[in-house]
Amino acid sequence: MTVETKLALSAEEVRSFSQSNNEPAWFADFRADALAKAAELALPTPDKTNITKWNFTEFPKHTVESAAYASLDSLPAEVAALIDVEGQQNLYIQRNNTPAFSKVSEELKAKGVIFTDIQTAVREHSDLVQKYFMTTAVKVDEHKLAAYHAALVNGGVFVYVPRNVIVEEPLQVVFVNDDTEASLFNHVLVVAEESSSVTYVETYVSTIEESKGLANIIAEVVVKDNAQVVFGAVDVLAKGFTTYVNRRANIARDGKIEWALGLMNDSDTISENISHLIGDGSVADTKTVVVGRGTQKQNFTTEVRHWGKNSDGQILKHGVMKDGAQSIFNGIGKIEHGATKANAEQESRVLMLSDKARGDANPILLIDEDDVTAGHAASVGRVDPIQLYYLMSRGISKAEAERLVIHGFLAPVVTNLPIEGVKKQLTEVIERKVR
Amino acid sequence: MATLEIKDLHVEIDGKEILKGVNLSISTNEVHAIMGPNGTGKSTLASAIMGHPKYEVTQGEVLLDGENVLEMEVDERAKAGLFLAMQYPSEIAGVTNADFLRSAINARREEGDEISLMKFIRELDKTMEFLEMPEEMGQRYLNEGFSGGEKKRNEILQLMMIKPTFAILDEIDSGLDIDALKVVSKGINEMRGEGFGCLMITHYQRLLNYITPDHVHVMMQGKVVKSGGAELAQRLEADGYDWIKQELGIEEETVEAEA
Ligand SMILES: Nc1ncnc2c1ncn2[C@@H]1O[C@H](COP(=O)(O)OP(=O)(O)OP(=O)(O)O)[C@@H](O)[C@H]1O
Ligand SMILES: [Mg+2]
Repeated sequence: MTVETKLALSAEEVRSFSQSNNEPAWFADFRADALAKAAELALPTPDKTNITKWNFTEFPKHTVESAAYASLDSLPAEVAALIDVEGQQNLYIQRNNTPAFSKVSEELKAKGVIFTDIQTAVREHSDLVQKYFMTTAVKVDEHKLAAYHAALVNGGVFVYVPRNVIVEEPLQVVFVNDDTEASLFNHVLVVAEESSSVTYVETYVSTIEESKGLANIIAEVVVKDNAQVVFGAVDVLAKGFTTYVNRRANIARDGKIEWALGLMNDSDTISENISHLIGDGSVADTKTVVVGRGTQKQNFTTEVRHWGKNSDGQILKHGVMKDGAQSIFNGIGKIEHGATKANAEQESRVLMLSDKARGDANPILLIDEDDVTAGHAASVGRVDPIQLYYLMSRGISKAEAERLVIHGFLAPVVTNLPIEGVKKQLTEVIERKVR
Repeated sequence: MATLEIKDLHVEIDGKEILKGVNLSISTNEVHAIMGPNGTGKSTLASAIMGHPKYEVTQGEVLLDGENVLEMEVDERAKAGLFLAMQYPSEIAGVTNADFLRSAINARREEGDEISLMKFIRELDKTMEFLEMPEEMGQRYLNEGFSGGEKKRNEILQLMMIKPTFAILDEIDSGLDIDALKVVSKGINEMRGEGFGCLMITHYQRLLNYITPDHVHVMMQGKVVKSGGAELAQRLEADGYDWIKQELGIEEETVEAEA
């Protein structure tokens, strides 16, 4: 059964938005078509969280105009702290919906690497974008939110790494949110051609207390044969947002994706992170850490789906819950028939800091093949009193001991983020949130 | 001179009495050894003094220079000068050995008077070298994946960095190969002196060959049943515990038995 949903924008409005951005005709059609689908398709159904009453469609404004940053000196402190102003060669900053700063090294340009905002990419690299935009990793018609996203995309990044190109320096992206009326329909598309390698790190940072907007974010990563992608993300969106964030990768033969996700939103959030191990010998290593606080409701689904033989999927998920926060941690290892010698491992651990918080670790193994290995460990518990005793027996106060244990618990992502400023910021966000 | 006095200490765990009136007095510049068969309450004594959350003191006191440490939180006991090298040290993922040690040192210092990073690193490097620990151990997570022997060495590293007044070492020699035993003993001997007293729990004379104790005590049935000098340990090594049991009319030495 489908219910027609009234959406905030009409087809005409979507087309005129597309036109005002000088988008090619195919993209205008794509948007209009997606909008029609969004009206009919059902919402996604994250396991164990009922989102039918969540608002994913209403927002104050589709796009807000923000001033670009004339130079890196004019960045707000929270943003400046993320960036090594001197050292960072490749940087894109988006302010609300406006491309606000961009820098790409000549070396990368010469190698044919594309690192640009999505609006520019749609115009200037139309063929490439058309080939991959919601065709490979995420499909437009998966559910209402994917279609709605496609119709309303108003920001994001395109990364293209040609065959055999190794990008040594990480690409850094910062999505700044400093307008309470802004909504983020950001689309990130990373395409790593055969035997290429790239590290991409994005940060979402709200400098406002509370937002009235929506965040409907999709990141697609296409990892071709023997390519390697490291994808780091730290999300710190303000409360008030309703956030749907979908990060997904398709990995071809001998390809590898490494995710390091620090999901620190203060908003209600549905996060989905799926790696499709399509090719033989492909690898996905997924590390996610989360802190929930206040009364926020969150659902985190991490899935590695094995199609390729000898594919290896690792899921590590650590969540800290305090106050009255509620979170579901779905960890799914799925091995399709024919994926012989696949290995699916996962570890989900939730640390409860309050009696009123709720955290469910929900590990799922779905195996349709005999000749595989798989394992999972899951736990929900409090800070171990014996660990606290050990630390305190060295003179460390209880509060500091707890702090050490919690930071240690969330370290797997912190230590894997390849940009120092982002690492530090995540540590500070954790500090602030668990205090 | 400082003293640690244990007076008529009774301790329960999960409602079961384990220590049944321990009396012991240690001064700085002294090394005491506690020996005794398995399950006689040695670790319980160490844990109760340090304040392990599972152990409940039902009677008696532990005085550090006249102050009852049993009324203190675990971290306060440590700051008052107590240290326990544990029989089974905890593993703490994500916290590097170095960060942990720096927190422990800074916990003893006033805010604003924290040890400088340079000075800390110098001291850590020096001590680790002394204990023949590879430098990378500092950046490893606290005890995580350490071998038994590495954990023990790491306890001694902490001891030497923290420099407590009284250290209780619970089977610091267990599981050590001979080289590690020598290194660990070297560390403890380095600490010996005017400002340091030590209570070593051990099963083996082997350790005492390297660290000669001033006093040796034997625990059975949750009590100190016999005390003597270094020669007592040698006799135990040669003859075992049966002669003490006979002498005292004890049939079953563990705490399970009625005293
Ligand atoms: N949680 C517990 N519940 C019940 N009994 C316990 C518990 N923990 C320890 N005990 C008992 O207390 C007694 C003393 O234990 P303790 O660890 O102090 O012995 P020990 O002298 O250190 O022995 P070992 O030489 O083997 O280390 C043992 O009989 C042990 O089984
Ligand atoms: Mg013991």
